[in-house]
Amino acid sequence: MTQKLVIIGAGMASGRVIDHLTDTAPDAFDITLVNAEPRGNYNRIMLSPVLSGEKTYDDIVTHDDAFYAKHGIATRFGTAVTAIERAGKTVTVGADTLSYDKLLIATGSAPFIIPVPGRDLPGVVTYRDLDDTNAMIAAADQGGKAVVIGGGLLGLEAAAGLAERGMDVTVLHLMGHLMERQLDPAAGYLLRRDLEARGITVRTQAVTKAIIGNGRAEAVLLEDGTTLPADLVVMAVGIRPETRLATDAGLEVGRGIVVNAQMETSDPDIMAVGECVECAGQLFGLVAPLYDQAKVVAAGLTGTPAVFLPKDTATKLKVTGCDLFSAGDFADGPGREDIVFRDPGRGIYKRLVIEDDRLVGAVMYGDTADGNWFFGLIKDGTDIEPMREALIFGPAAQGGAAADPLSAVAALPPEAEICGCNGVCKGTIVSAIDGGATDLGAVRAATKASASCGTCTGLVEQLLQVTLGDGFVKPTAQPICGCTHLTHEDVRRLIKTTPLKSQEAVWQDLGWTTRNGCHVCRPAINFYLLADWPLEYRDDPQSRFVNERKHANIQKDGTFSVVPRMWGGITTPQELRAIADAADKYAVPTVKVTGGQRIDLLGVKGEDLPAIWADLNRAGLVSGHAYSKGLRTVKTCVGTDHCRFGTQDSTGLGIRLEKALWGSWTPHKVKLAVSGCPRNCAEATCKDVGIVCVDSGYQVGVAGAAGMDVKETERLADVATEQEAIDLTVAFIQLYRENAKYLDRPYKWVAKVGLDWVKARVVDDLTERQRLIDAFALSQSIYQKDPWAELAADPARFAPLADLTLEAAE
Amino acid sequence: MTGFTWLDIAAVDDIPLRGARKIKTAMGCVALFRTGPEEAFAATDRCPHKGGPLSEGIVHGQSVTCPLHNWVFDLNTGQAQGADAGSIAVHPVRVEGGRVLIDAAALLRPPAA
Repeated sequence: MTQKLVIIGAGMASGRVIDHLTDTAPDAFDITLVNAEPRGNYNRIMLSPVLSGEKTYDDIVTHDDAFYAKHGIATRFGTAVTAIERAGKTVTVGADTLSYDKLLIATGSAPFIIPVPGRDLPGVVTYRDLDDTNAMIAAADQGGKAVVIGGGLLGLEAAAGLAERGMDVTVLHLMGHLMERQLDPAAGYLLRRDLEARGITVRTQAVTKAIIGNGRAEAVLLEDGTTLPADLVVMAVGIRPETRLATDAGLEVGRGIVVNAQMETSDPDIMAVGECVECAGQLFGLVAPLYDQAKVVAAGLTGTPAVFLPKDTATKLKVTGCDLFSAGDFADGPGREDIVFRDPGRGIYKRLVIEDDRLVGAVMYGDTADGNWFFGLIKDGTDIEPMREALIFGPAAQGGAAADPLSAVAALPPEAEICGCNGVCKGTIVSAIDGGATDLGAVRAATKASASCGTCTGLVEQLLQVTLGDGFVKPTAQPICGCTHLTHEDVRRLIKTTPLKSQEAVWQDLGWTTRNGCHVCRPAINFYLLADWPLEYRDDPQSRFVNERKHANIQKDGTFSVVPRMWGGITTPQELRAIADAADKYAVPTVKVTGGQRIDLLGVKGEDLPAIWADLNRAGLVSGHAYSKGLRTVKTCVGTDHCRFGTQDSTGLGIRLEKALWGSWTPHKVKLAVSGCPRNCAEATCKDVGIVCVDSGYQVGVAGAAGMDVKETERLADVATEQEAIDLTVAFIQLYRENAKYLDRPYKWVAKVGLDWVKARVVDDLTERQRLIDAFALSQSIYQKDPWAELAADPARFAPLADLTLEAAE
Repeated sequence: MTGFTWLDIAAVDDIPLRGARKIKTAMGCVALFRTGPEEAFAATDRCPHKGGPLSEGIVHGQSVTCPLHNWVFDLNTGQAQGADAGSIAVHPVRVEGGRVLIDAAALLRPPAA
């Protein structure tokens, strides 16, 4: 006898159930399909092409009215089921009551709405169904600005579609990189770069505080105070299973509607399928498992019970033109190893995660052709040890002889292009080498090969090696560290010219061989980025040595030293009392006067730092940066105020210089001094910048040293006014910030570039001098702030994360 | 598996990415390293060379560099890398549901007990 089957929801899963039933048991059920949307089953995955205009709704309909009529399926579209009455086996649809023998819940998922003020304003839409899509298309027709909240797949599809339709789109993402569930940071960076190339603005770590507007959405307000104008706001932060009906009906509901392996809910006459279910503790969002579930549901309904087994799924995603692949578990974990391959030129990134000689995860961007092969290795748990060497190059590289880079280069035909930037082929380079260009510099000069982006430098060197044999000695230019073959100078240049504005960008585009650098390169790259891109790049404390992260100098016993700033070495009784009180209160074992005219409190415990800073802050004292690669001290003599020999106000100039320069980050520490007369009591002639006052004005010297090397300053210029002395100093420091190698003191840097090169920019070229001063001011607008005040406000960071000694007592 | 005493320590976000925090235990301080968004390790917070606090070091890959003299330790094994010889005790850690759990079996009582 025919049973009554009521299906709630016309999504992709229920559509597939209907297909199976009409194929295998067309007469077993009297089917009624109820859908809250005023339409039947369509291919929801294809909403993005509809949004972008590549397809229309008609293209994505999977079941039309003719289909339902042909198979005798009664449809109730545009009316939601409001209740399930299990005792009497009925459902309420609008004013009607439908009885059922079997009920299938396929309510799918509902978009998650973040609970911020303004979420209900007109102009705020979600991205879930055709109505949402049509609302976005209508809004895009008006043009203007769209803000998409959520940098997952759905949000990015929405953003790409809206951008395609001409809107000015900004994506806000809570996490540090896009699609963090599917991609690791490196792949997330490439995706971001591709989206930005299409004019989409991406803001990560952006926390939405409110949607504001008068009567309709006009702007999105972020936690950090930024206001983004918006004519349309799309909320695409995530979805949750739509379980309300099941909950009201008293079915077992966890995160989703709980079903067994036969897709039965806690009521055997009610089954559930699709995104609304929870099976074996898992939720399902991709279409493959949904189709498997649909098969099991149909089998169960027709009396041939089957079993649904959740399987690993690979995600091959196309955010309109961006090739992504992720499979398995690529989250990091103890005992796991990475194989990373990067091809900066083609924007390719591949990462394999290996555990116990088995491939457990893979992430790819740009070239996903081998994705299924890797996915097969993951699913089968293949022992990859024998093919590990060439594993990342995919199936094509298996079985061949181990690749030797030199023989590969030797085998290239003469017309093979080596330098893509300058279009230089192998033959040209080889003839230049035969013609006497026997080192990299000479080849560059003769052919321009590797003279632009530099990524083919290694290839050119291999050509030199192949052509000259033992006659070629690799140049002595040292790479920064083992993570890269590039020198500091190369990296600095590439950061400026490429341009590269994040650490992920440097690692990817410059082909870093490690996941995220090492203790040698990380602080250097962090400095280069913040010096060259003060607005775009944000300082990364985790890429700094402990002293700069803690804003205090670590001592050999793990305690710290605290040095308050004393501008120009001038202090007051009140400041001295505050320092003495702090030394008493925190039982500071050693109080020392430093060579830079400061007072050093040595032996402070790490967890006491925020408190001692807060105490010193209250007395008006700020961090002395005695720990930083930055401005340390400006040492002065008393000058004309008290000294009978003083010619100028050296103390005042010292204080003004210190006020201008403090808080700036530099390649290495910077120490200044100002002496009031040539007797030079402030020892200005061995400083990074040392000014000696004379009757006629100021002698500005630079590039002195009094550490491992001792060296007298060289005269940059003699100037008449104090303002010129300050201008020259600031311009010199900025030129040093922009050009020096990390950890080169100014004297080392000047020795490399030459004093004349520095003079030409700082002294002679007034336009360049002003540019340097302006660039420094811009950087200071961001970095000149007292780190003690900031950190003292968050003392929890300095305390242990937990104290297990208390548990030990049990 | 037996012998594990998983203790929920904190939200993984309480540890800065590529950074570390320390926890106090009866066996001395232990450093919790966050080497990836969902990856953490735990090891003695004391370099065998001169006692440097490893929780203050630069965290890179699955390694940490001691802030005092740049000894580098592989956090999987606790072995010093390169020319330096020595090791630190490592403790099992899991990251689950945004929480960091540590196997506290070896931390709550003296090994001899």
